[in-house]
Parts: sequence; structure tokens; C-alpha cells
Amino acid sequence: MPKLIQIFWSFFKIGTFTIGGGYAMIPLMERELVDNRKWVSREDFLDILAVSQAMPGIFAVNMATNIGYRLRKAPGSLTAIFGNIGMPIVIILGLATCFSFLQDNEVFESIFKGIRPAVVALIAAPVFNMAKSAGINWKNFWIPLVAAVLIYLLGISPIWIIAAAIVGGICYGKYKERKEAQV
Amino acid sequence: MIFLKLFWTFLKIGAFNFGGGLATIALIQNEVVEKHGWLTAQQFTDIVATSQITPGPVGINTATYTGYTAIVNAGYSEWLGILGAVMCSLSVILIPVILMLIVSKFLLKHKDNKLVATTLSVLRLTVVGLIAAAALLLVSPETFGTYASSPAQLFVSIGIFAAVFIASIGFKASPILMILLSGVAGFVIYGFIV
Repeated sequence: MPKLIQIFWSFFKIGTFTIGGGYAMIPLMERELVDNRKWVSREDFLDILAVSQAMPGIFAVNMATNIGYRLRKAPGSLTAIFGNIGMPIVIILGLATCFSFLQDNEVFESIFKGIRPAVVALIAAPVFNMAKSAGINWKNFWIPLVAAVLIYLLGISPIWIIAAAIVGGICYGKYKERKEAQV
Repeated sequence: MIFLKLFWTFLKIGAFNFGGGLATIALIQNEVVEKHGWLTAQQFTDIVATSQITPGPVGINTATYTGYTAIVNAGYSEWLGILGAVMCSLSVILIPVILMLIVSKFLLKHKDNKLVATTLSVLRLTVVGLIAAAALLLVSPETFGTYASSPAQLFVSIGIFAAVFIASIGFKASPILMILLSGVAGFVIYGFIV
């Protein structure tokens, strides 16, 4: 059974040395947890990956929760989570306090004036690839469209939209099951 | 009481956070900027930029920084801001972690279940709409500037938007590189040219 400090150190490395979010951590996680430490088999790793994506929450944290639990139950989970997000939180807080002093700095403002439209583009651009990988077609394209219109034009909270999608998805799934049972 | 409200807001965001880091950003944007007005759109885009070029999960980074800024905006000290930041980061993962522990304990595998798969496919499509709406909501005078105050800034903003949009769709350019380059562009254009 691995020591908590080993779990912490592995997830610390994974969390601290990847820039670009949870999915960017996958290769590092695989190398560290499957190849180096041999804590999970490659097959299990892929299963955990699928479950972590399917569940709500932050992907990397879900991975850490599950793998930590396999190794050392709940204390293992907590250790993996704090290893994974501890340093990123400290770094953000360090920057946040520095930036609040720079707020009125002209150079700082020029840099961010350039970055702001880029950020909007970086949120907009992946929409198309995500739509493709979500299997968009002529029958279902109304789903993202209606969601976007309800949020953007009518100001409805995305939380309600997600809740409706869960209920709708379950109803549709039940309907499909019944139809398949008839055939 | 802003601490309680923030806690509750991030608890909800966590529970409904399907579909990765951009979905987290979309949910936080809607709750924190649109609904509660704790942050301006400008502050929020700056936070998203910082969250993408620093280590760690983007959703956590955004939650941390948003919590800090919301508390400081409300007139509290930086120390309480740090407290609020840690609280937001923890409350956004609280419900997912509990659910994940249950799943890990019972070794549930979603792929065995058709109903779960169907629900997830509907959710994935919905999240696409959610992120599109967040992008549209962030197209504002605060992020692009206005023609009235500075035509030059508006044109530069549209240029940067188009360049980054095309680079990421057409050439799959790294978001980190795009943010750094547009920062350099801003520094040069607004510092020396405009």
C-alpha cells in the first residue's frame, strides 16, 4: 500500500507541472500513475478516465478522488486532491495579490487589452470542435441552439438548462429502452 | 452575506459542472458576472486568461481567482479575499468529490449503462450551447472597447479576436501561446503605436 506522502507527491507533480487544464494532465497522469508507480493498470486507468469525464466536477479532481480512493480509501482521496490543486491555488493567490497592485499600471492594462478579445475567441473557437465530438447532426442541433438562446437572449441560468438536459436525457433514454424492448 | 452566497453559488456550479473546464468557466461567468454582478466582464476575462496560463485545472484556477476578486470587490481585505478564494475552490469540488467517492466505493462503471450514456450524450450537446452563450455574453464593450471611446481599440480587438479564432480552429494553436502572443500584441500596440 503506497504511503500518503507518495500519493501527495505524485499528484503534486501532476497538478503543478501541467499548464492548460485537466485534459492536459492525462499524459502526465498516465506516465506517473500507470507506468512509473504502477498503481493502476492501463485498462483501469481508461475506465477511471471515462467515469471522471461523465461525473460532474473538475476532471482532474475527479481522477484524483478515484485513484486516491483505490490506493488509501478516503484519506488517499483527500491527499491526492490537495496534492493536485494545492500548488495551483497558491500560485493563483500569489498572482491575484500582485495583480491587484498592478491594476492601474499602464503597461499591465495594455497587455490585458490585447488579451481580452483573445480569451473570448478561445472560448468561442472550441465550440465547433466540441459540437462535432458531441455528435451534432440535423436531428439534434436544436439542443445546443435552444440552450444558447435561452441563456444568451432570455437570461435563463445555465444551471436550469443543465438540470433540464439531465431530466430530458433520462426521459429520452427510458423512451429508447422501451422502444427497443418492443422490437 | 457574500461568503455564504459565494459558497452556495460554487456548490451549485460544482454539482452541475458537466463537460470540462470551459463548461466551468461558462457556469461561473453566468452566476458571478451576469446574475450576481460580483465581477465585471473585464475582470472575469482577465481571470480566465490568467487561469489558462498558470498550472493546474482551469476550473479550479478560475474558481480560486473569482472567489478572491469577488470578496475584494465587496470591500473586504486581501486576507479575507484569500479565505474566500480557498472556500470557493473547495465548495466547487465538494459535491463532485462526494459523488466520486460513492462511485469509487461501489466501482460503478457508467459505460455498462445505456441510460447513463444517452443522458450524457444529451448533456454534451447542451454544454456546447452553454459555452457558445458564455462566449457571446463576453463580447462586450468591457472586453472589446467601444467605437465611441476608441475606434482604434475596437478594430485591434476585432483583429486579435479573428486571428486567435482562426488560429485555434484552423491550426489548433496552443491557447497558452495565443494568450501570450496577444499580450505581447497589446503591449506593443497600446504601448507604442496607438
